[in-house]
Amino acid sequence: MNAQHLQPTGSAYFIAKETEKPENHTLSVLVDNEPGVLARVIGLFSGRGYNIESLTVSETEHEKHLSRITIVTRGTPHVLEQIKHQLERIVPVHRVVDLTVRSTELGQERPLERELALVKVAGTGDSRVEALRLADAFRASVIDANTEHFIFEITGKGSKIDQFIAIMRPLGLVEICRTGVAAMNRGPQGM
Amino acid sequence: MRKTQAPSGAFFIIQKHDKTTSKSLKKQENDGTRPMSNGQSERREMTGAEMVVQALIDNGVKHLFGYPGGAVLPIYDELFQQDAIQHILVRHEQGAGHAAEGYARSTGKAGVMLVTSGPGATNAVTPLQDALMDSIPLVCLTGQVPTSLIGSDAFQECDTVGITRPCTKHNWLVKDVNELSAIIHEAFHVATTGRPGPVVVDIPKDVQFAKGIYTPPQTAPRTSYQPKVQGDLEKVKAAVEMLAGAKKPIIYSGGGVVNSGPEASHLLRELVDLTGFPITSTLMGLGAYPASGKNWLGMLGMHGTYEANMAMHDCDVMLCVGARFDDRITGRLNAFSPNSKKIHIDIDPSSINKNVRADIGILGDVGHVLEDLVRLWRATAKADKKALYPWWEQIARWRARDSLAYKPSNDVIMPQYAIERLYELTKDRDTYITTEVGQHQMWAAQHFHFDKPNHWMTSGGLGTMGYGLPAALGVQIAHPEALVIDIAGDASVQMTIQEMSAAVQYEAPIKIFILNNQYMGMVRQWQQLLHGNRLSHSYTEAMPDFVKLAEAYGGHGIRCEKPDELDDAIKEMISVKKPVLFDCRVANLANCFPMIPSGKAHNEMLLPDEATDEAVANAIDAKGRELV
Repeated sequence: MNAQHLQPTGSAYFIAKETEKPENHTLSVLVDNEPGVLARVIGLFSGRGYNIESLTVSETEHEKHLSRITIVTRGTPHVLEQIKHQLERIVPVHRVVDLTVRSTELGQERPLERELALVKVAGTGDSRVEALRLADAFRASVIDANTEHFIFEITGKGSKIDQFIAIMRPLGLVEICRTGVAAMNRGPQGM
Repeated sequence: MRKTQAPSGAFFIIQKHDKTTSKSLKKQENDGTRPMSNGQSERREMTGAEMVVQALIDNGVKHLFGYPGGAVLPIYDELFQQDAIQHILVRHEQGAGHAAEGYARSTGKAGVMLVTSGPGATNAVTPLQDALMDSIPLVCLTGQVPTSLIGSDAFQECDTVGITRPCTKHNWLVKDVNELSAIIHEAFHVATTGRPGPVVVDIPKDVQFAKGIYTPPQTAPRTSYQPKVQGDLEKVKAAVEMLAGAKKPIIYSGGGVVNSGPEASHLLRELVDLTGFPITSTLMGLGAYPASGKNWLGMLGMHGTYEANMAMHDCDVMLCVGARFDDRITGRLNAFSPNSKKIHIDIDPSSINKNVRADIGILGDVGHVLEDLVRLWRATAKADKKALYPWWEQIARWRARDSLAYKPSNDVIMPQYAIERLYELTKDRDTYITTEVGQHQMWAAQHFHFDKPNHWMTSGGLGTMGYGLPAALGVQIAHPEALVIDIAGDASVQMTIQEMSAAVQYEAPIKIFILNNQYMGMVRQWQQLLHGNRLSHSYTEAMPDFVKLAEAYGGHGIRCEKPDELDDAIKEMISVKKPVLFDCRVANLANCFPMIPSGKAHNEMLLPDEATDEAVANAIDAKGRELV
């Protein structure tokens, strides 16, 4: 979202060369579902110059008024640790789990991540047939169509959706909507 | 501030001018129907405005700083009809905030401010951010336009929770009167626990009029907010072991010790006595360890003493207690104390490892952790004070540089001399010092010596010019009998000078001791360091006559221009039972040393005897120039 400044934040005296390499991490943030909570989280990222690559939020436990925010962010390990602690300071935040770190601890390569996209493709003739054929190969389903267009629904890793969109582009791609990443760790344990 | 009357005396005197006839009536009503005692109230129906007052009483509030306006009139009407809480009318909302901060910092309790919507709320932003950066418990109640008008660009509407979200620890917009009391209680809880900070409760006018059920404060806080106060015992053990093995240890303490309460300061002193370690402190932490203590090195950081900074640079084990490795403290980070192991005690997890990597980070309240640390030290470690002799000898050599020295003068008052005399003539009294921001602030920190916590109020993190005068008002309200002095600069003091009027109204005899050099001294000093002595707009060509100004406000004015007249003038200031503006004319071009120039390390200090014009002009290199 604001990937232009990957500078570590904090002290104005941070002129030491950053030797750590930035990494993408996926954070799960459990929050009270109350007005303004998303603004607090986003404001923290923009105010302190952190990056948001993807953001997903929805109420997950209605009775307890809990929402789960999934954030894909990019930073050095030091900055990522700061982000986690800064998020924990927000009063309505219950828990922050760095799923990427957690998956490493569990001996896994990375957390399970899925994204859903709606992709509208318009066209006739060969390109229309080709679009349908490729959608089938990607296990995308047709959720709306007439003789001039399809809307495909596709679920998968972000990279798969990127690929699908790239393939659809020359075939009459009109519109894309993506949900952002939903993620959790493998195995029986909760977050 | 009348000593002969009940605390609310001044309040009713003012009322008389407004509503003499209705007062007795109101009082009767009070006595009959309202449980306005300080005891805990019951669940019962009342209006939102009544709830506000009741909730303040139930949270132990005695004083409230505020300014009325359209969107808080129902609350002001309730304040009119009670006498449990004294309202202090300021002249600008920023003044209310800083006064509440001074009140909070000097008492350890939450400071409370009440302002109206729109400009009332936006004027509160500066003190809110100030309180956030200095971890001051500040509860700010703001009025808001009625819920039906929110979002319509109504008169005096602003998105208060949106504007104050990044400058508060937490904030609330109250949309339902039945949630109001619980939210105010929670606001006090959040402001005063964990790492203290400012909170805002935004209350729409219709909610103030609406009736609902009031609930007294409860002990069950929300589950997502549970600050950790007890430190991890294993880490404390490891810290004791590391400290016991140190040859060149140092304790670096900060505002967290003061915030943790008097017990934490007591434990810190005990720890220093037990270990025999040298101790230095940040600007915010002055007084936690007494300046008269034998292990005291003076303040550290940009304008800290040579011995404190050199000891920080050369130490082998550093114990950081309730401080946050701010850039004013560390200087150039990659040259900060390069050979030491660092132990960091802090209640805020985001402070640990933020700027400086800690070898042992102990998350918890300073008081609790120090208790464990002292107990474990007594049980397991044996102070080998002899082993520290070489270290203390080294420190003595640094101390011999006498880094706070200045050239005395018989003709003009040196600002350092003014602070020294002020200290000498007030040290035997119960004296509280506030400051503005700039050279005078640093001179005060260097030359006024604090032996007790909570007696030094200054804007550290945000560096807010205009903090000191209203803060002094707040301190004086909390401590009516104490001597409260705002050590000010001529530029800073004019930012909130209107609060003189509030001080006169409440007979708060605050002393505004202005080191008047006609410059924004610190700005000028940086222009000399960075910009070839081109003094762009840092000279005040039209200065008010502070003596006449004091008199215009109904206070007392004093001017002093000669060193040999200073003592008598200070004595006069102390004896006058009125707010005083003391115009102390000091050497115009004195600069504040020692100094770690921007981008330099602790061992690259500019000392007063070396600070020639040339050294000053070349002190900061190209990389340092862009730093603040």
